[in-house]
Amino acid sequence: MSYSSQALREQARKALHLQSHRTVTVLSSLLAVQDELGYVPTEAIEEVASFTDSTINDVWGVASFYTNFRFAAPGLHNLEVCWGPTCHLLGAPRILQEAQHSLGLSGEGETEDKRFTLRYNTCLGACSQGPVINIDHRLIGQVTVERIRRILTELNGSPRS
Amino acid sequence: MATYAELKAKADERWQTLAHGDRAWVRVGTAICGKAAGASLVVESLKAELSRRGVQAHLSEVGCLGLCYAEPIVDILKPGKPRVFFKNVTPDQVPELVESYLIHDNPKNDSVLGYLGEGSLDGVSPLDQLSTMKKQIRIALRNAGHIDPLDIYQYIANGGYAGLNKALFELKPQQVAEEVTKSGLRGRGGAAFPTGTKWSFLARTPGTTKYMLCNCEEGDPGAYNDKGILESDPHTLIEGMIIGGYATESNYGYIFIRHGHEGPIERTEKALEQAYEAGLLGQNILGSGFSFDIEVSLTGDSYVSGEETALMESIEGKRAMPRYRPPFPAQSGLWGKPSNINNVKTLAYVPEIITRGGDWFAGIGVGRSKGTVILCLSGNITYPGMYEIPMGMTLRQVLEDVGGGVPNGKKLKLLQTGGPLGGVLSGDKIDIALDFEQMAQAGAILGSGGIIVADEDTCAVDMARVLVAFCQFESCGKCFPCRLGMTHLLEVLERISNCQTRPGDMELMQGIGRSMTLGSLCGHGQLGFNPVQSAFRYFAEDFEAHMKKGRCLTGQCTGLHITPTRTRP
Repeated sequence: MSYSSQALREQARKALHLQSHRTVTVLSSLLAVQDELGYVPTEAIEEVASFTDSTINDVWGVASFYTNFRFAAPGLHNLEVCWGPTCHLLGAPRILQEAQHSLGLSGEGETEDKRFTLRYNTCLGACSQGPVINIDHRLIGQVTVERIRRILTELNGSPRS
Repeated sequence: MATYAELKAKADERWQTLAHGDRAWVRVGTAICGKAAGASLVVESLKAELSRRGVQAHLSEVGCLGLCYAEPIVDILKPGKPRVFFKNVTPDQVPELVESYLIHDNPKNDSVLGYLGEGSLDGVSPLDQLSTMKKQIRIALRNAGHIDPLDIYQYIANGGYAGLNKALFELKPQQVAEEVTKSGLRGRGGAAFPTGTKWSFLARTPGTTKYMLCNCEEGDPGAYNDKGILESDPHTLIEGMIIGGYATESNYGYIFIRHGHEGPIERTEKALEQAYEAGLLGQNILGSGFSFDIEVSLTGDSYVSGEETALMESIEGKRAMPRYRPPFPAQSGLWGKPSNINNVKTLAYVPEIITRGGDWFAGIGVGRSKGTVILCLSGNITYPGMYEIPMGMTLRQVLEDVGGGVPNGKKLKLLQTGGPLGGVLSGDKIDIALDFEQMAQAGAILGSGGIIVADEDTCAVDMARVLVAFCQFESCGKCFPCRLGMTHLLEVLERISNCQTRPGDMELMQGIGRSMTLGSLCGHGQLGFNPVQSAFRYFAEDFEAHMKKGRCLTGQCTGLHITPTRTRP
């Protein structure tokens, strides 16, 4: 999906006004925008600045600090691979290598066809089930090289939504 | 407004229907580890199968029993039968489980983990007699895996909010803080500062707006007990926080959670809503005249935002960078107002301490370390899980008796305790007791309770490299000795790991470590050299093999260095 600049602004504004927490800040606004759009486009940075009465500089400062913020539209499927020490011990390097190989990537980022985004995660929080991956908000534990290959193949065959 | 007695009566009635009614009660653990093992699919499958077979049963999603090795766990309480726990249930097994146990009465004992309550099953031990359970004393985790975290009445039926009721109507704020002091409770976020004393600092600070903050940032890899409590029993935290608010005479609380941890966030928010509806939060709680509000504050991905002053910056919506101290939070914290900050686990103990008294809690544990510690065992261990262990037990007992030791006949090489900054502990140093002082003497920290177990196939250089990579990635960048030092340390460790050492590398790292320790504002930089120092102290031979002989003794340093490096702009 891609939106025009104006549509992005409107969506961002909607997300900003719909924030449910009582305390509204630059950070809470950025999180709300990212939840709505999947990333934080430049238009949204400007909207957050005017909504929170901050400078664009301040908003960029916050957005660039927290590593979960993304500034380009994500791929259709979002794959996060944990590289925390537990997952590392239990085989995460081979899982990451396989993910990169299957997706034709050499690091974090989007595949050329925009079907997948690969990200590293410092700890997905399910250490007892390591190695752990998170695919489209679904945690999967005890991942093996074969299993991640199968999951990616299945997703690659799924129709675009 | 309902009184506590009215709430309790309603709760008891509902509990009676659930636990002693004429329908079966099916519970599935869907906390984070359960979900990673596929519990959500098991719930879907159960729903479909129960409806297809026309079985009348209550189905609840509960939190975490802590027995991660047996997830997904389905437990079934049938009228007149003991409560039976089925282990490692897959969605495909659900139709058979429904057929054999819910419709007929055959539990197929080889798929049973244990049972609770009256009765017996051939060849199956009671759940509380399992090696992983029998040494535990569950206080903060007393309800975890037993009640539906989204039902406040199940919490109240099991004694919930009795502590708050007692505090509000029988004790003065100062007496509450004294009771907590008497219990010997010390902060479970890592610093081990006496909680009652900390509360009294805030209570003594004058001011009309004061904040009670709860830290559930929990960025430490290997620890998931804070999230585990929020997913399993959010009301124990909420109750503890309200009691803390009363003791410190503050009126507003924030529960600080990392964005993206959907389970803990959703369950906490729902629990807060229910507490407001029941009159346990908001204006004039239970008619006592005391008012307290709590909201969830979400942070972005940043490990340092778990540091207490950085956390306040983050709640204010800024970059999570630590502040200078003094002024300390009790004088000038969130938005410049007096504030108190506690870890989830610390506050989760408070309701029971108030209900049962400080002396009761102080009777558990050893020396100056009272009560229990919630440990998360992961890595090369037979029974990974979340266990609540009385202080004073030795690490060896925890690893061998509870955790079942290192699997596949391998030998234990090292432990990584208390988060990446805690560094590593040699596997032959595990005869120390779980005690803040003893752990510190041995050069390890209990920290947040994460224990990562590594077997003999682990290379200490590789472990140090991964820990430093984490610290480098997570440096907030405010203090340059940390920001640049971590990057430089990682560079050198990658060289050593690849057997491309240069002369003087060790001395270089020690110099960097000194600068970081002296020149950083918070623990991240001050302790950031720990992973390297401790790994070198215990496993010098691993380093020497890389540096002098050009090889990795375990073959683990494969050059597969897939770790992100970045410096915060």
